Amino acid sequence: MAPRPSFRAGLTGFALLLLACFAPLPAQAGDEELRATLAPLRAADFNTKAELVEALIAANHPRTVAILTAFTTNRLHYAAAFDRMVISADSAAEMTVEDAVTGEALGPVGRRDLDRITTNNRLRRLIGDRLAQLGLASADPQQRLAAVETFVRNPDPASAALLQERQTLETDPQIAAQLEAALALIDLTSADPAVRAQAAEVLGGRIPAEIRGRLMRVAADDPDATVRLAAQEALAKTELRLRLLGWAETLFFGLSLGSVLVLAAIGLTVTFGVMGVINMAHGELMMLGAYTTWVVQQWLPVNWSLPVAVPLAFLVAGLVGIAIERGVIRFLYGRPLETLLATFGISLILQQAVRSIFSPLNRAVAAPEWMSGTVMLGPLEVTLNRLVIIGFCIAVFTLLWLALQRTRLGLEVRAVTQNRAMARAMGVRTARVDALTFGLGSGIAGVAGVALSQLTNVGPNLGQNYLVDSFMVVVFGGVGNLWGTLVAGLSLGVANKLLEPWAGAVLAKILLLVFLILFIQRRPRGLFPQRGRAAEA
Amino acid sequence: MLLPRWLLSDRAGLVMLAVLVILGVGVPILNLWVPPDHPLHVTSYTVALLGKYLCYALLAVSIDLVWGYMGILSLGHAAFFALGGYCCGMYLMRQIGTRGVYGHPDLPDFMVFLNWEALPWYWFGFDQFWFAALMVLAVPGLLAFVFGWFAFRSRVSGVYLSIITQALTYALMLAFFRNEMGFGGNNGLTDFKDVLGFSLQSDSTRVVLFVLSALALAGGYLACRWLVSTRMGRVLVAIRDSEDRARFLGYRVERVKALVFTFSAMLAGVAGALYVPQVGIINPGEFAPLNSIEAVIWVAVGGRGTLVGPVVGAVLVNYSKTWLTTALPEVWLFALGGLFVAVTLLLPYGLIGLLRRRRESAS
Amino acid sequence: MSELISELDAAGMHAPAGPVDATHGILLYLEEVSVSFDGFKAIDNLSLYIGDGELRCIIGPNGAGKTTMMDIITGKTKPDTGRVFFGQTIDLLKLDEPAIARIGIGRKFQKPTVIEPLTALENLELAMSGARRLRGLLSTRLTGEERDRIAAVLERVGLSEQAQRPAGVLAHGQKQWLEIGMLLMQEPRLLLVDEPVAGMTPAEMERTAELLKSLAGSHSVVVVEHDMGFVRSIADRVTVLHQGRVLAEGRLEELQAHPKVIEVYLGGEDARH
Repeated sequence: MAPRPSFRAGLTGFALLLLACFAPLPAQAGDEELRATLAPLRAADFNTKAELVEALIAANHPRTVAILTAFTTNRLHYAAAFDRMVISADSAAEMTVEDAVTGEALGPVGRRDLDRITTNNRLRRLIGDRLAQLGLASADPQQRLAAVETFVRNPDPASAALLQERQTLETDPQIAAQLEAALALIDLTSADPAVRAQAAEVLGGRIPAEIRGRLMRVAADDPDATVRLAAQEALAKTELRLRLLGWAETLFFGLSLGSVLVLAAIGLTVTFGVMGVINMAHGELMMLGAYTTWVVQQWLPVNWSLPVAVPLAFLVAGLVGIAIERGVIRFLYGRPLETLLATFGISLILQQAVRSIFSPLNRAVAAPEWMSGTVMLGPLEVTLNRLVIIGFCIAVFTLLWLALQRTRLGLEVRAVTQNRAMARAMGVRTARVDALTFGLGSGIAGVAGVALSQLTNVGPNLGQNYLVDSFMVVVFGGVGNLWGTLVAGLSLGVANKLLEPWAGAVLAKILLLVFLILFIQRRPRGLFPQRGRAAEA
Repeated sequence: MLLPRWLLSDRAGLVMLAVLVILGVGVPILNLWVPPDHPLHVTSYTVALLGKYLCYALLAVSIDLVWGYMGILSLGHAAFFALGGYCCGMYLMRQIGTRGVYGHPDLPDFMVFLNWEALPWYWFGFDQFWFAALMVLAVPGLLAFVFGWFAFRSRVSGVYLSIITQALTYALMLAFFRNEMGFGGNNGLTDFKDVLGFSLQSDSTRVVLFVLSALALAGGYLACRWLVSTRMGRVLVAIRDSEDRARFLGYRVERVKALVFTFSAMLAGVAGALYVPQVGIINPGEFAPLNSIEAVIWVAVGGRGTLVGPVVGAVLVNYSKTWLTTALPEVWLFALGGLFVAVTLLLPYGLIGLLRRRRESAS
Repeated sequence: MSELISELDAAGMHAPAGPVDATHGILLYLEEVSVSFDGFKAIDNLSLYIGDGELRCIIGPNGAGKTTMMDIITGKTKPDTGRVFFGQTIDLLKLDEPAIARIGIGRKFQKPTVIEPLTALENLELAMSGARRLRGLLSTRLTGEERDRIAAVLERVGLSEQAQRPAGVLAHGQKQWLEIGMLLMQEPRLLLVDEPVAGMTPAEMERTAELLKSLAGSHSVVVVEHDMGFVRSIADRVTVLHQGRVLAEGRLEELQAHPKVIEVYLGGEDARH
């Protein structure tokens, strides 16, 4: 609870400071009043302090929340040096303080020079309630939600009326649901068993630990059997919901891991699956994409870097890919094992090049602000970067699919894949198509590298770590099959996350590798094989 | 002459065997009986280094047997090498006895460190030399046989096979990194003291290990040379060049493959077992996919399908590696990578192939 | 391990005991065989009988299912439905390719498939029946009897002069003959020969025709061929395949007057002759 509101309060204070510059007079007057209200706090006993808190509330000053929050967290002091109330940032020996009223930073002050305004539990509860009430009426839904949550944590029958009044007005469904929970929690203390049973039923399926704890106590101790039964049923409902949420979370983690696998493998699907070229340097092309991101971040603010890095990484990796195809691979068509060795050599060269140019150490690629934090996906709280990766994977997949289905190059690629000689006879310049296809696959590897830079260390070994995985995905899905790669990558990701809880991360990976090795024995052509005589050739 | 015809016709092989004999006799003399200040003295460091090269050469020969003759590009042969090495390492660990840091009579130090109470079942028997020696052949052989049996029976071939052999060694690497496996985790097995009662630090033991490596290489080479000279050798080539033809001639291709693959894995295991006492450590890094691929490039450089080429390639590449990684460490990976590209593009049959073509065009 | 090694030479656990039973005069039975690839019916309810000692030609436009049919007989492709018997008793669908080869069915591929780095002699040695036993496999020299057998086949396919040359340097026609020679070394009852004269000169074709005709009688021979002239020179009976089924069967002269055959060959785009 502590850091977030105070941060927000700090922001409010900052806003106020700005406001003070432009519209000094009314705000200044408010400040002085507030200062006057605050001044006696230093010498007051707890009863007087309680009155002063009420007065602070009544003043309805923009800093009220910040001051009260600081008060309950022992950060409100009287500073003799400035002869005013200050709020300290933390409780170290040297503390940076700000003016309690204006929020103006006053610099560091020794702890000895501060006189802390003491508080006790009663005061803290009072302030908590008042803050919550303040919050309930706030225009900001976030603050209202925070306030209702306070009531959920401390259900107090005295505030029932307040909550009911709010309930009639509330339009935000999330807040309304929390209000319902807070009221139900209060109802649990009712003398009427029917009301208690009804409340228990309402509370069923709600996740927060406080609610579950209350229900558990009711289920065990309530004097009335029907209430106990209702609470038990409610708890069962909660358990079910928790389990479902757990599954959903695993699924989500699995999908995000699977998206990474798909991203890493999908370029290979083009070069290996469509062209039949084993590119062991695929991982290093991803590495180039990741390093491109790092370079872009040296020039652009982090928030803007990714939209620039994606096309740039596509270009860099794509051009390197075309160079590899023209310089090496085209001399080795029809000799897959030699291609494998030659491209492996290229991968070593690229690794060492990165080591020599950048550093053998990992590079820190920052995550943009819009990708950090969490977001509610229905009842599920998910981290934004995972969500973005999944979306990115879908976008890349869709674009690639469209490129292969709808463009001239895609048509030519498919023609060359199915019958090289015939395509050439029809006037397709196969050499150009080969180069461009390889460039496309490589470019996608680069784009995948941008995504990887957000998830893992960017270093010379980045590619190696994903190479075996991505080959496994392609082979599992059925070579040359874009949808196969998607299904294979996502299902391997989910399987990995399902195995992890009881096997551990490393063992899960080993198990999957063993599974894949066995799977290839059973179905050497993957999940979605291309059948028929053409596939035999 | 006493030599059988199949060996007589193999001139390059005879040259190589002669060199091995000279090394096997000369190096011990120059190391043990020539005084250290003499210009011809071979240092113990060099003996160990040469011994290491010979082990690598045996690994390369084993890869050539399956790749050069049967067309199976294994990217996981280092796994068999490492398994042989671990079997040997387990024996050497048991030999430490109470001389470990914790002085436990049965448990190696790392197990004491992990608070293990007793030796895991799969460590039993490794205090016996004969058992460990058997396992050096049996463990890689069994893995190769089971893996090959399933893979070849389901007709997994070409790059698919290469990829799953790579996945195999990768999975083993991850597994051996785990402390719970009971093989020393990250650090592997090290701090060996002696073998069969002879101290591993003494020059004479090192020389014996070197001679054994030379003998193993010669033996492995002769076994492979003999095998490819028999009708079986022709079957291998038939499988390499046209698997269907071999099958429609009535050969059980998958069984031939599984057997030869198993034999090759055993050779690799022997190489690993001789390697470990000479370098003094075995750790999961030996399973790294890069190691397997590096071994493949030795074969490619020397010339695959020649059996002599891999020996030449392994020694040349590793000598360059020793030299470059100390003199110009930045350059080593560039050189190795360039070697991969250059050999595949310009020298498809390696150095031996180049020599042969020279001779053919000259005659 | 030793049991496993002995498995190498046993004709395989699936192989039934006893010789081929062709007492009814029929060596190969294909009955109501169908196979499809991704919904495309490569073989559609095909029934075909090859007599003992018969020389049969199979013709048909591209995609008629000729190669797929051979794949089914030799065990490379398993049909979705139908029965395939070798003689009265041997169910070919229960055997795999090596087992089928060992009970006496030899196959020459459309593209000549000889082992190029090996000499002609070594190629024949490889194909020699009996060579598959382990002791044979691990020997480095030939017995006198084996030498004689190989020499006889070399003579028969006209490659005695080429015995020590690598198969890879032989002319195209010589490779075809070498491959037929390899089939002979297998001592098969049935030879499946896919396009034996593709790329041959007329003189070579004539020699091939004589070779195949001389084989009939002691062997059953099934020849898939496009070249009508060649077919005319060897076949007593010809089967026309079209879209995976038998369109017509009979003497070539009869078939050439057959309206459906004319339509398939002249009406379709695939007509090549």
